[in-house]
Amino acid sequence: MAIEVRIPTILRSHTGGAKVVEGTGDTLNDLLSDLDARHPGLRGRLVTDDGGLHRFVNVYVNDEDVRFLGALDTKLSDGDTVTILPAVAGG
Amino acid sequence: MPRYESLLDACGGTPLVGLPRLSPTVPEGAPPVRLWAKLEDRNPTGSVKDRAALFMVRAAEEAGRLRPGDTILEPTSGNTGIALAMVAKLRGYRLVCVMPENVSAERVQLLRMYGAEIIFSPAAGGSNQAVANAKMLAAEHPDWVMLYQYGNEANARAHYETTGPELLRDLPTITHFVAGLGTTGTLMGTGRYLREKVESIEIVAAEPRYGELVYGLRNIDEGYVPELYDPSVLTRRFSVGTRDAVLRTRQLVEVEGLFVGFSTGAVLHAALAVAHEAVKAGRRADVAFLVADAGWKYLSTGAYGGTLSDAEEALEGQLWA
Repeated sequence: MAIEVRIPTILRSHTGGAKVVEGTGDTLNDLLSDLDARHPGLRGRLVTDDGGLHRFVNVYVNDEDVRFLGALDTKLSDGDTVTILPAVAGG
Repeated sequence: MPRYESLLDACGGTPLVGLPRLSPTVPEGAPPVRLWAKLEDRNPTGSVKDRAALFMVRAAEEAGRLRPGDTILEPTSGNTGIALAMVAKLRGYRLVCVMPENVSAERVQLLRMYGAEIIFSPAAGGSNQAVANAKMLAAEHPDWVMLYQYGNEANARAHYETTGPELLRDLPTITHFVAGLGTTGTLMGTGRYLREKVESIEIVAAEPRYGELVYGLRNIDEGYVPELYDPSVLTRRFSVGTRDAVLRTRQLVEVEGLFVGFSTGAVLHAALAVAHEAVKAGRRADVAFLVADAGWKYLSTGAYGGTLSDAEEALEGQLWA
């Protein structure tokens, strides 16, 4: 099961500069743990101590904000794309 | 056609236009799925922001925060600045805009033409930096009035009181409302109104996904979420990249003759996604989406011509929404 994960510039220090990494997991939570095993510290930048997504981080599964799917329990399928972006202003 | 006493009175009351060619075809006997475009370019300065600008200025006047001759300060990537510049001109205020330097040339021209003063923030800092810089300026100039579109309830209220009711009046069978997510004012105000009046309405956000440069090296802790944003008002939130936004923008003019800005392309991408889901589910849908502005002020980007890849490259690093 392969999930493509797009990493924002600010977090590429954890992936050796890689923009895109691969991971696996039935849920977003599992995926982040899987990624953290190979890219230590990555999960800690995204998930706060109380187990929720950092408020200035947006995560999308197939271009949909996970906060409207299942948040960290969002189910993942083979071939899904996960995109991580910092929250920015617009208007 | 009604007559208005002055330009400010001609704000809102925009047309809702059906898109029969772009709406998905449904199988024989299946309920219809229709797309509708609300043309916010038909506003005094050509964008949806005229509504918010007018409401924010009126609210500040009513609260005694703004007096004739005062200076208004605002962080804006363009349309709000242009709308405020017009209102400021007609109501007798000075306007200072803080804007990232990588906005299209037309926006700068329009602002200066209306008499606004622009203070540029670095492209690399994006809109977050413009907001931060504006807050610093506000602290340095306590006599200036920052209306602060990202946190001003009058922004959302403009849509609760005008955009939402217009939509419901013109499309009582509405099932979905799709709009761009920036300050979040449009979706919060219109969304709240429609949720009160229409059971099982879906409020769908289309968020522009810019090129990497825009997100830059911004620390996670320097992130920004507009104070107006209340996620419980939304049903879904889509991220739409440059390529898809351009594709849909071109599709709209090619198929329906509607010439819009790229943020509307992003909105259409999300609108089509929910429309197609409705077709698949065999459900009736009336999907209304908001056309924030027309394409005039983006022509200089060159992204309306050439290949899609050319266009994507042209918009790379720009705040195209």
